[in-house]
Amino acid sequence: METVVHNHWSPLLGRLWWDAIPQEPIVWATFAAVALGGIALVAALTWFKVWGYLWKEWFTSVDHKKIGIMYMVLGLVMFVRGFADAVMMRLQQAWAFNGSEGYLNAHHFDQVFTAHGVIMIFFAAMPFVTGFMNYVVPLQIGARDVSFPFLNNFSFWMTASGAVLVMMSLFIGEFGQTGWLAYPPLSGIAYSPWVGVDYWIWALQIAGVGTLLSGVNLICTIVKMRAPGMTMMKMPVFTWTALCTNILIVAAFPVLTAVLCMLTADRYLGFNFFTNDFGGSAMMYVNLIWIWGHPEVYILILPCFGIFSEVTSTFCGKRLFGYSSMVYATLVITILSYIVWLHHFFTMGSGASVNSFFGITTMVISIPTGAKLFNWLFTMYRGRIRFELPMMWTIAFMLTFVVGGMTGVLLAVPPADFVLHNSLFLIAHFHNVIIGGVVFGVFAGINFWWPKAFGFKLHEGWGKLSFWSWAIGFWFAFMPLYVLGLMGVTRRMRVFDDPSLQIWFMIAAFGAALIALGIGAFVVQVGYSIWKRKELACDGDPWGGRTLEWSTTSPPPAYNFAFTPVVHDIDAWDDMKRCGAPRPAGNFKAIHMPRNTEAGIVLGGIATVFGFAMIWHIWWLGGLTFAGLIGYAIFHTFNYNRDYYIPADEVTATEATALRQLAPAGA
Amino acid sequence: MFAFAARAYRHRMRLSDSRPKPRQTSVLARVLAALSLTGALSACNTVVLKPAGDVAQQQGDLVVMSTVLMLIIIVPVMALTVFFAWKYRASNKDADYQPDWDHSTQLELVIWAAPLLIIICLGALTWVGTHLLDPYRTIGRIAPDKAVAKDARPLEVDVVALDWKWLFIYPEQGIATVNELVVPAGRPLDFKITASSVMNSFYVPAMAGQIYAMPGMQTRLNAVMNKTGDDFVGFSANYSGAGFSGMRFKTRSVTEADFARWADSVKAGGKDSAGALDAATYLELEKPSENVPAAQYASVSPDLYGKILDMCVEPGKMCMSEMMAIDARGGLGKAGIRNVSMLSYDKHGRAASAAANANPDAETRRELAWVRALCEQKPGTAPDNTVKAPADLKSLSGAGLTAPQSFAPNAIAFDKAEEHAAHSHLTSRN
Repeated sequence: METVVHNHWSPLLGRLWWDAIPQEPIVWATFAAVALGGIALVAALTWFKVWGYLWKEWFTSVDHKKIGIMYMVLGLVMFVRGFADAVMMRLQQAWAFNGSEGYLNAHHFDQVFTAHGVIMIFFAAMPFVTGFMNYVVPLQIGARDVSFPFLNNFSFWMTASGAVLVMMSLFIGEFGQTGWLAYPPLSGIAYSPWVGVDYWIWALQIAGVGTLLSGVNLICTIVKMRAPGMTMMKMPVFTWTALCTNILIVAAFPVLTAVLCMLTADRYLGFNFFTNDFGGSAMMYVNLIWIWGHPEVYILILPCFGIFSEVTSTFCGKRLFGYSSMVYATLVITILSYIVWLHHFFTMGSGASVNSFFGITTMVISIPTGAKLFNWLFTMYRGRIRFELPMMWTIAFMLTFVVGGMTGVLLAVPPADFVLHNSLFLIAHFHNVIIGGVVFGVFAGINFWWPKAFGFKLHEGWGKLSFWSWAIGFWFAFMPLYVLGLMGVTRRMRVFDDPSLQIWFMIAAFGAALIALGIGAFVVQVGYSIWKRKELACDGDPWGGRTLEWSTTSPPPAYNFAFTPVVHDIDAWDDMKRCGAPRPAGNFKAIHMPRNTEAGIVLGGIATVFGFAMIWHIWWLGGLTFAGLIGYAIFHTFNYNRDYYIPADEVTATEATALRQLAPAGA
Repeated sequence: MFAFAARAYRHRMRLSDSRPKPRQTSVLARVLAALSLTGALSACNTVVLKPAGDVAQQQGDLVVMSTVLMLIIIVPVMALTVFFAWKYRASNKDADYQPDWDHSTQLELVIWAAPLLIIICLGALTWVGTHLLDPYRTIGRIAPDKAVAKDARPLEVDVVALDWKWLFIYPEQGIATVNELVVPAGRPLDFKITASSVMNSFYVPAMAGQIYAMPGMQTRLNAVMNKTGDDFVGFSANYSGAGFSGMRFKTRSVTEADFARWADSVKAGGKDSAGALDAATYLELEKPSENVPAAQYASVSPDLYGKILDMCVEPGKMCMSEMMAIDARGGLGKAGIRNVSMLSYDKHGRAASAAANANPDAETRRELAWVRALCEQKPGTAPDNTVKAPADLKSLSGAGLTAPQSFAPNAIAFDKAEEHAAHSHLTSRN
């Protein structure tokens, strides 16, 4: 075993030195590819002179729709990175048999599985759901933007800043080798002395600021900015799930912030919260991190439940069955998600009564979740189901998610968990719910709302290829893991000595290849649809929508609605269509709008440098950038040029064009 | 004080609950097992469902029973999803279409009640199963039809997860092994588990479920092996760093006679023997190493395991129990600062350089003597948190229970002996 000791430190560069460049040919090749791709991209952007456009229209934009789309792009880029990690793991585990060490050494493999988990949860799934909530919620409640448009832009750039730090760790230094939740004492300074865990800490800490602020913003938006007539029990279900999600975010993320602060104090300042020394308790960390961690999985799944609700009711051409029971189920899940955390560590030695309590509360969550599933089922009952892409993803979700839910409840039985905990059965379970629930939900949502965002539908043929590759690939990739779990195979193994296991890993690798095809087909679907956008063009309401976002044009004007709509029914737009509510054709007034600002991206940039300086112990730079963050934030408060009016003439012109596009629906 | 509070947290809180539970009939489990997954998976070695130990078998049966219970609702839901999707497809114009039908109180009742009923059943199963299969509870039976003999003495094995191998100490036999666990089949096993540096999880799937191994703390596992065999595997089920994949040990289950013979041969030493395991050899062994071959130690220092648990094998290192005893008396105030070097455990990490403390200077030795004089503690005296299995399994099925007594004080007529028995009964659970 070779241990590389990194003990270089200089006042100017901190721990940064030549040995920060990873000694891995695989990393060099990746770096070369990324560098070449990056140079090509920058060159192309410069050649086509789009930097100014990107800066003015996107990076500095405070428009919730553009920020929502930027979140989706960020999520997609990071999703591809996370998937690359997944493929590397599948390859290593299918390979490392019969005395072979595979192609990854422990230092590299351990970073790969850590990065995979961190990236997929924090930098793929979170941006996806935040992106949807950003884009859809204001439109669904008939608002012109979120409550705090600048804060929204700032939140996005903090999230992006965290993502940049994670990506940097690939080429400068290392990422954590601790698993995605970095349990101490392993993540303590004694056992993880170099920069890996620090990258993890600062990436999450900085991105966490963005997540928390965006939670505050969306709660405020939903509570204060609904259109007249939209009482709480007339809110669209997606908005309900978004509200509950953001309540979870605001209540749970401070716990993560606090636990990261404590780990930081342990690592940087010689504290002993979680060390073996001086009465530190690693068990406290495990409790705290899961008090955040369990609500986190509901933060991811609840908005997707909302997406499925909207999709089901739209494509069944029917009101959602059991709206109020859906709302109460969501609320019950929100509350219960806080009293189940201990089920992540039944095996840590709690007493039988404590274990049973948390096991049973966990099972109880399956009751409202089951009720939701039945509600979708009875929405289909006596409907007219159009099997467009979003509906296909929804059906696949219903058939996949129940299996994941079942194995989840199984793992909530403590004695069963004793034999399955940390096994590949557990891995199969949570991919079963996260892919079957969140990823399928994201694809359903993208296919559903893309026409709204861009004014043309996504191509169906490529979408179907993507769908079937994913739906089939998932089962090939994860059923073998269930079997392996029952064979007593544990997670995070780099090499195996039992040759009879190899076939199952090969099947799983084949499944991963199918999923890769699904991702590839999705990318082609997007590219091809953009190319053929004229043929795929659609009006404001391509699916026969039921909620307010479909009442405006595709894409919606910057101000969303020329007049604030008045709501009389849960399915407000469906109600308007039935009553033949006339679209206002004149008498438009100037509209008050927030002005773009570069403050968000500047602060995000400074935060990235600050994080980098703290990771590498470059104290002077850390101090400077921290002062810079505070200073720039104060400077920004003196910027009084924050709003402008869209003149009435311009609104009238925009609405006249819109009226032509919307003619079929408004008639 | 801080250390004391933390330590209190380290030892598990235990509610003294052990209500009688109905005994699960293994016949039912077997039938259900045959019906479900097991059949389909019989092609491969699903050790979790077909283990060699009674505890793991009960846990595996619970996996199967819970699954079957849930399939009662999962299968109809999946079938209905497919059926509705097909029946109400847009092209089927004959199917009913009621775009405004969105509520039915009866249906709502069913869709909340059906999962609720399943969860009530599963919850009951969970409560009973969790208490009966609590790893801290001594086992009440060797096999479904065989209770533990009254005079049976469990075999204690002290397990230490090291970087990255396993140390097994047999205090009764006075021997130790690395990466090799040998147990007598049919005899209750009492594992006491700790770790040297980071968290691991002790798991022999064929024997019983896993439990975490954590430094400075002790977890427990009670189990039994019912079949003999040479090729069971054990490993760490919680990622612990670079050498984690190789942290595996062979587990052999042998007859009582063979076990005694094996223990004697280890004790006798021989050319393959690693000799005696004392503090110095342990500190050498503790250093990180990967894919370590099995080794046997002919003798072990009797207080070694206790010192490992108390984090004071290193000479010059103060034991946690001593630290806590000082804290319990209010600490040393500012004078306590002088102790820091004697308290530090993680400082050297995996470099395991014990140089700083290996040869304590005169002053440190003086301080240490002073501390020891202040609060003499026996290293490793962790409270015994064993939970006793009910002696008579018949009571679990409710047989022979008397009618409930009144709680009015005058209705209770203990004689002295009974009162004493009741008292000791309570304290044994604390």
